[in-house]
Order: sequence, then structure tokens, then C-alpha cells
Amino acid sequence: MLLKRLIVCLDVRNGRVTKGVKFKGNVDVGDPVEMAAQYCKDGADELVFYDITASAEHRCCDLDMVARAARALSVPFTVGGGIRGVEDMRAALLAGADKVSLNSLAVESPEILTEGAKAFGRQCVVLGMDAKRVPVSAAIPSGYEVVIRGGRQPTGRDALAWAKEAVARGAGEICLNAIDTDGVREGYELPITRMVSEAVSVPVIASGGAGTPQHLVDVLTEGRADAALVASMVHTMGYTCGGIKQALRDAGIPMR
Amino acid sequence: MITILDYGAGNLTSVRLAFERLGEQPEIITDAAQYKGGRILFPGVGSAASGMAGVQARGFDQLLRNAVAQGTPVMGICLGMQLLLGVSAEDGGTQGLNLIAGDCREFDRTKQPDAKIPHMGWNTLRYTAHPLFEGLKQDAAFYFVHSYFVTPENPAHVLGVTDYCGESFAAVVGSGSLFATQFHPERSGEAGALLLRNFLNWEGACS
Repeated sequence: MLLKRLIVCLDVRNGRVTKGVKFKGNVDVGDPVEMAAQYCKDGADELVFYDITASAEHRCCDLDMVARAARALSVPFTVGGGIRGVEDMRAALLAGADKVSLNSLAVESPEILTEGAKAFGRQCVVLGMDAKRVPVSAAIPSGYEVVIRGGRQPTGRDALAWAKEAVARGAGEICLNAIDTDGVREGYELPITRMVSEAVSVPVIASGGAGTPQHLVDVLTEGRADAALVASMVHTMGYTCGGIKQALRDAGIPMR
Repeated sequence: MITILDYGAGNLTSVRLAFERLGEQPEIITDAAQYKGGRILFPGVGSAASGMAGVQARGFDQLLRNAVAQGTPVMGICLGMQLLLGVSAEDGGTQGLNLIAGDCREFDRTKQPDAKIPHMGWNTLRYTAHPLFEGLKQDAAFYFVHSYFVTPENPAHVLGVTDYCGESFAAVVGSGSLFATQFHPERSGEAGALLLRNFLNWEGACS
């Protein structure tokens, strides 16, 4: 039976893990690779590293960190942040990443999804997508707009339509982050998660809003997500991966 | 000593590092002439046709045939497993090594419309008796990433099955000194490390 996945996200700023609220007010919580290794030991099914300053500094994600993570981790991990093209993807994958997450670049140059899938296989290409609640309109019928540049820049594009297009172009997985709930700890944004998950043929990772194990239960059942991403729950709120997974199992969700 | 075959199908970093975590220093070769003996790891990610072309261009087809004939332990992973079979439906039909008779075809979403393709994530394995499963729990989970699956002609060559998209497919196949997994042991946490460790200690016999 295919199991649901618990994914831990580490936002890396200048080589350190930080945790922010709605992309602002980041606080330092530790060394990314040491933390990831501990989460891996504790049962995390997958890890994600976002180099959140790479893009603004016009550089690729920290390849030294990627290589250290690859040595330390025996479960898959994704890297994102600062990827400028196929050559940066190649560098991240050769350093040992299993997948590369593309966000703003995919919106601005969607052919990168196709080029990446062709060069490395679509299983390596994750579409990272930030969606923001907006009034339903002709241009945005789902009521969720794609925003880029860390949530600062609206694109005028419909999140559901973009998810479908990205998969058609080559994305092998979607990590869907809801801006409105990110860092708020009151639950994932279930409606858009379910809409996207039911509309695409690839796995969907729900992100943004986890504060209790019940939030994960909700998004993995009602939200139809294949995986749930957590950050502050395990970084600063005192939850462990093992504890969260046991709570999910107790709720009838198949977990490793 | 363990030798990893690099035939241009995907990068081998995670496979190499998984063995390094077990205290091994694998040798990565790009041509059959570089082979100095010892057990062989045949990995791979990507499409069947370009993978098979890479295998042939480097002389790895003959190397693998010789190894199997001599009882050298060989482990295939993912595409490496699929290429051990006869024919793959991928890329309009690709002839494999036929070291295990059988075929390789794509998951059919009409059998289970809500199944996502690729089959990506952790799934459970039911296995039969084999030295490489020593110490492993039934229904242990392994990490899979694939859209095609193999079906050996001889059911005795199926060493483990996993359920997905309306199929109970062969997640592990083997014959003699050949052992191959559809999942990625190098990315499957402790269960995967156990399989790799067992492979390092295996002399190639079935029981």
C-alpha cells in the first residue's frame, strides 16, 4: 500500500535554518544538515531544503550544504531556491539532491519544467507553488492566485490552471504552499489542496499551516494530499516526527 | 569490493554515498574494461532506450552476462532492474538484457484513476525467502519512483511484490546471483541500508 509522507522543510538563510511567519520575521533555529539528520532518524520520510536568500543574491542554492546533506541522509530530499536554469539543476542533482524545486523561475520561464524533465526525468522536477486566496474572477476562477518572489509578487494567474499547465510541461510533483496559512499554525488550506490534487496526475505535497497532527490528518484525507510538509511544528513547537506519525497512524492514515 | 556501473543513466551520487555510509568505497566504472572483479551494482534512472544504448556502448551487457554466468553477485536498482528483463514497452519497445525472461510495461491509470503516476513515495513490500531479506520485517516500506513495472515470466523469479495502481507488481526479482529492486534502497532509510548491507555480505547463492 502506498503510504502518506511526512516531509520536513528547512528554510536556510546564510547557512542556518530559519522559520518565518508569512515569509517575514525569520528566527534562527539551527544547522540544516544536523537538524535534517535528526529528523531522518526520527522518521521523516523526506526533507526539503529551501535556500531562501539564494534568489535575491543571484546565486544557486548552497551546493556544499547539498553535498553534506546527501552524505548524511538515507531518505530522499529536495532542494530549492536560486535555481536559474538546467545547469543549476544538474549541479544540485550531482551534489546529491533527489529533486529540485522550481518556483518563480517556472512561472517566468515555464520551459524550464520541460527542459528539466527531459534532461533528468520528471521525477526530479518539483513545482513549488505559492497560492494566495483572492476573490473568484474570470481570470482566477479557482479563487487562488499564484504569487512569486517569496509571496511578494502577484502574477494574475490562476493557481489551479498553473498546476495543470506545469504538470503538462513536465513537473513530476507539486509542492503547494498556501500563503494565507503559512506560519499561522491553524491548519492547511484544504480547498486549493484538494482542487489541485484531484486535478493533476502527479503527487501533491501540502504546505503551509500545520500546527497540530490533526491538521495533517485533515489535509491527507479531506485535502487529498499525498504528503504533508511541516516546519515549525518540529523546529520550534516541540513535536517530533515520530510522534506526529504515530498520531497519523492512530487516525488510520498509513505511514511508514 | 563493489563496482557501480555508470552508463549515463542518472547520477550515482546517492548510491555511492549509501555504500560509503556502510563503510565501503565503491569503484565507479564507465567502461567494462575498467572492471577489476567483485560484486556489481547496476543502478539507473531514466528511459529504457537511452539506458540500454548506454549499457551496450560501454560493454556492460557482456559484463553482466559474464557476471551472472559466473555467479558473481549483481544487484539492479530501478531502471537497472527493468533492463535485466526481456522487452520494455517504454520508448516504443526496447529490447533489454533478457537475463530474466519477462517484460516491462507502464501502470494503467484506467485500473485506478486516482493513482498518481509516477508511483512516487514509500510503499510496502511482501517478500519471499531470500538471503538478502535477512532481518527485514514483512511489509517494510521502501522508496519508489517509477512509471513502469516488470513482470517476470517465471513466478519463481518474483522475490517481492508491492501493490499499486491496481497491480501487485514485482518490486524485487532475482535468479541465481542476480537480485534487483524496483525501489531505491539507497533512499529507503534503515530498511534500504539493511538490504545493501546484506548484499555486501551475500555470496550469490539463493539459500
